[in-house]
Amino acid sequence: MKTIIQNINKAFDHRIRLGIMSVLMVNESADFNMLKELLGVTDGNLASHTKALETEEYIRIEKQFIGKKPNTRYSATTSGKKAFREHIEALEKLITKT
Amino acid sequence: MENEKYLKDIQDIKQMMSQSTQFISLSGLSGILAGIYALIGAYIVSQLLEQNKYDVVIIEGRTFKLIVLTAFVVLVLSLITSFIMTRQKAKRLGESIWNASSKRLLINFCIPLFTGGIFALLLLRHEVYGLIAPITLIFYGLACLNASKYTLKDVRYLGITEIILGLIAVEFSGYGLYFWVIGFGICHIVYGAVMYFKYDRN
Repeated sequence: MKTIIQNINKAFDHRIRLGIMSVLMVNESADFNMLKELLGVTDGNLASHTKALETEEYIRIEKQFIGKKPNTRYSATTSGKKAFREHIEALEKLITKT
Repeated sequence: MENEKYLKDIQDIKQMMSQSTQFISLSGLSGILAGIYALIGAYIVSQLLEQNKYDVVIIEGRTFKLIVLTAFVVLVLSLITSFIMTRQKAKRLGESIWNASSKRLLINFCIPLFTGGIFALLLLRHEVYGLIAPITLIFYGLACLNASKYTLKDVRYLGITEIILGLIAVEFSGYGLYFWVIGFGICHIVYGAVMYFKYDRN
């Protein structure tokens, strides 16, 4: 039991961070507005959660310009994908145990 | 209690993954209507051919122009109808009609479709009329198959059905109109109805 709990990743223990990672697992990248629309969150809220995930090096943030508009793109890093997969496996095990 | 939370987490993950890659607001009802337009169009074409039984249908002829016009009207009406109904459904589901998944859906649908369209026009130019019906069905089927990755799974089966019909139609050239009736009329009505009952009716 102990080992399973260990795999539950605190970084993903929040609905919005979970959502961001889910989107980035199946999409090569996503921009700020796409994430905002999918998750239904405010700008500030989304920014703080992406920042948290970036600090863990689970996602990459790229800022660029499309014409004159600034555009922020997010993508999952290899270690982020690995950590997320382990997190899902841990969740599954916890549920099937009981 | 804890378990419920984790179960909810997994459900959220699943929902986010499909929602961010699939455009689910495709309207089943618009498929049914497109099928009905196609049947009406086919009826008009058959009447046109009946009236001019003794003329050879040639590109410059009036009959041919009327047939092309009918096909074009059916196409435009179907597109407008599905756009309006899909927009309504998107509004109801709270999905935006112009997002990353709908763009991907449209692009991946259009590439095989336009390839087929241009191919059909070239065949027309080279007067290979017998292959036009099968080619349009096959490429429409491929377009559906290609687009199905980004929307409801049923579109995949519609695509496969159209491809098979198209291949059979090659062996029965001269019956192109009948295959069009089955492929664009009946198939759309059947799959549209399936999708309508599965997803729309609640």
